[in-house]
Amino acid sequence: MHRKTMTELSKDLHAKKISSVELTQHFLERIKLYNEKLNSFITVTEEFALQAALDADAQYATHQAGPLTGIPIAHKDIFCTDGIKTSCGSKMLDNFISPYDATIVQKLKAAKTVLLGKTNMDEFAMGSSNENSYYGAVKNPWDLTRVPGGSSGGSAAAVAACLTPGATGTDTGGSIRQPAALCGVTGLKPTYGRVSRYGMIAFASSLDQCGPLAKTVEDAALLLNVLAGFDERDSTSVNQAVPDYTQTLNDSIQGIRIGLPKEYFQQGLQAEVAKLIEAAIKEYEKAGAIIQEISLPNTHLSVPAYYVIAPAECSSNLARYDGVRFGYRCSHPTDLEDLYKRSRSEGFGSEVKRRVMIGTYALSSGYYDAYYLKAQKIRRLIRNDFNEAFKNVDVILSPTSPTPAFKLGEKANDPISMYLSDIYTIATNLAGLPGISIPAGLVNQLPIGMQLIGNLFEEAKLLNIAHWYQKITDWHCQTPEGF
Amino acid sequence: MEWETIIGLEVHAQLATKSKIFSGASTQFGAEANTQACGIDLGLPGVLPVLNQAAVEMAIKFALGSNAEVARKSVFARKNYFYPDLPKGYQISQYELPIVSKGYIDIQLDDGNSKRIHITRAHLEEDAGKSLHEDFDRASGIDLNRAGTPLLEIVSEPEMYSAKEAIAYLKAIHTLVKYLDICDGNMQEGSFRCDTNVSVRPKGEKKLGTRTELKNINSFRFIERAINYEVERQITIISSGGKIIQETRLYDPTLNETRSMRSKEEANDYRYFPDPDLLPLIISDELIVKVKQDLPELPPQKKQRFIDQYGLSSYDANILISSKDMANYYESVVHESHNQAKLAANWITSELLGALNKAGFDINNTPISAIQLGKLILRISDNTISGKIAKSIFESLWNREGDVDDIIEKHGLKQVTDTAAIEKLIDEIISANPQQVIDYQAGKDKLLGFFVGQAMKLSGGKLHPQQLNELLKIKLKK
Repeated sequence: MHRKTMTELSKDLHAKKISSVELTQHFLERIKLYNEKLNSFITVTEEFALQAALDADAQYATHQAGPLTGIPIAHKDIFCTDGIKTSCGSKMLDNFISPYDATIVQKLKAAKTVLLGKTNMDEFAMGSSNENSYYGAVKNPWDLTRVPGGSSGGSAAAVAACLTPGATGTDTGGSIRQPAALCGVTGLKPTYGRVSRYGMIAFASSLDQCGPLAKTVEDAALLLNVLAGFDERDSTSVNQAVPDYTQTLNDSIQGIRIGLPKEYFQQGLQAEVAKLIEAAIKEYEKAGAIIQEISLPNTHLSVPAYYVIAPAECSSNLARYDGVRFGYRCSHPTDLEDLYKRSRSEGFGSEVKRRVMIGTYALSSGYYDAYYLKAQKIRRLIRNDFNEAFKNVDVILSPTSPTPAFKLGEKANDPISMYLSDIYTIATNLAGLPGISIPAGLVNQLPIGMQLIGNLFEEAKLLNIAHWYQKITDWHCQTPEGF
Repeated sequence: MEWETIIGLEVHAQLATKSKIFSGASTQFGAEANTQACGIDLGLPGVLPVLNQAAVEMAIKFALGSNAEVARKSVFARKNYFYPDLPKGYQISQYELPIVSKGYIDIQLDDGNSKRIHITRAHLEEDAGKSLHEDFDRASGIDLNRAGTPLLEIVSEPEMYSAKEAIAYLKAIHTLVKYLDICDGNMQEGSFRCDTNVSVRPKGEKKLGTRTELKNINSFRFIERAINYEVERQITIISSGGKIIQETRLYDPTLNETRSMRSKEEANDYRYFPDPDLLPLIISDELIVKVKQDLPELPPQKKQRFIDQYGLSSYDANILISSKDMANYYESVVHESHNQAKLAANWITSELLGALNKAGFDINNTPISAIQLGKLILRISDNTISGKIAKSIFESLWNREGDVDDIIEKHGLKQVTDTAAIEKLIDEIISANPQQVIDYQAGKDKLLGFFVGQAMKLSGGKLHPQQLNELLKIKLKK
């Protein structure tokens, strides 16, 4: 049962082959059984889940059920959930029970999904390995000595290990796609502004975007149908109609132009990964897609620009965690300055502090022009690169990450090398574009991901092209041994 | 040495919107602490600001009222600093691209001339909460009701050269924002606050001296005193070879002095950057046209109209347009008095304002309604009562003794215009004062005043002076 996709489970529920309560209990059991190994959940919301499942079953009984009614899901612990601890993977918010729901939490509630719990993540979404969590590292279900990727590592590992059929994540520089790739699941980062950020704890506001992680593209489309849409509470969300993403999944890909950015296939890309991506490209070619090499000449600037803009925004976004109103407060502060200094020193982990300091520096008078302003200029250049590319191609195809999952601790003390594992995903965020990662094979029994990048608001096209690949391959059906 | 004072002003006008600038919480003053702060005002994790359109329209109104430019694109920026009453750790303000720039306002100087003061910029921003340092045992309380209240910060050029000019400018801005209905102007409640930058330099010197900033003084009178004190202080220091330190100073009204504020912000770097949660604010021509159409009559136009329509002097017109309430009061009096515009102006500027000033009231809490004052003037103009009687009725009205006509009726104050009755009275005076009559008839014309006085005294002031004069002259000739 737990190996089924959300689409399949929905059919079973509608056919009354199973109830939501049974389904929910089954996944709760699995979480109990496996979470200790994986550490993918921070909070399990058993009571809420069973109540929601009962409500969902009542909907089935009265024939009011929708496509997601009664389907269990998990939220990354970055989304505010009313009455439920929302930690953001940080000691700072270990005691924070959110008094409100994020917009996407509300939406999935309204769609009558069943919330199983909140998934582990890198603290404040800063990290690519999930080792930066106050609640300890998440393990990759394919190899428990390896990282699941990050920052949505808990969501990716939970989906991969079939502890939930689907989950939400957030992607600021690759935080949905990279863990999806490393855990062998499907992860979509929508266009910036496609999904509301209200109630999603901010890391870097101009880059953050919420998206689904699931077993298949079809499931991701189902979730995106609910997540997407304008929200008047988020001024950066875009008021544009939301299509039914499941309707165009099976469109023909004949004549689709796929661009391969040469900069994404150069040094640093592991040969075995390259080989699997090339195999996928061949499949597309056989199906009538037109493959062409393109250039994104400013690619090498994306990681440096990102590591100015994201820390700059985070240094300001995280200023509210000061021990005054909520969250961690140091014991017995002697005065205001002591309260600030110790609450923040003790409440934040080292990667968060590193980025807050980098960002504070980059915004300081005298350095602002050289760092922040220049990074914003680079951001425009990168956006222009994509604009040029999309004049000639429909989508861009690349590996999601240069290597499969690395060992826990392997890069923990080498931030630069860690940052480079997002080298193929970061530019997408800087340009605000949608990107999807789908499984494209195994290297030494470790999954690797293929990324497709689309033009603004062309999620439907991305999903269509990605879904085609899942129709002719079964990489996405592979599950890690022991789960 | 002769010194020159240079003053620049930053006014924080709290915009009279119903809800806050980035949240739906109410802006009402005086509620119980922390009852008017929602999740957004508290800076909860995950919340986002949404700009209040009403605040934008008020800023546009201000631009139109101060001859300024409205930026078609302006940008909200974060001003980052830590303080317990600043929930997000940054204030959303505008920095490089403010919504309003390059305006001016004309002020009236004492010598009757006017002076143009330029407005560098005006920008939208959110207010912080309040830190309460009393009432808590060795701790501070935070009230976030005010957090997120919309402010328009209006920055002048440093081109006022005396405390008087500075106050004239402040009053002009105060009048304007109240006319525009964008700020209630209440200085006690902090709806209209002012930071004053003061520097001095030897006359003829081109370079500006080092300035100090006087913060949060809540009355015009205190601002004027604070500036005068600060100017003297600076001159004394420089004259004795010292240097002015650029700092924020606090004015103590009880001691009438300024003193250095323990400056937490001296070394502050606010690390301004565009707020990524808010898109650039784009203002269309249509919106500006719409706001323009709803713009009320502003002080300069109203003044001109008062001069043209009511034949007022520039001096009187200035007084009568000094606030919208004053102007409305005046026009009501004119209406009630059947267009005795000049008489109305005289009565308001002399009698009423004199009484109000003496009592420490303003036009909003005058005990004499425009209807009653209008009626009083009407009764003067239709000769029901004499001007002298009118003054006593004014007293009665001030003491809230009721309606003008009732008072006239009750006390029998109607002017006597019956010639026979007046002649009878004159006859009595003539027979009671034979010597004065002889002296008058012998050429002592000045004695006419004596007879008038006697007649008025006897009649209780109820005679029409001109009529009395004429009849007296005729009778005394005989």
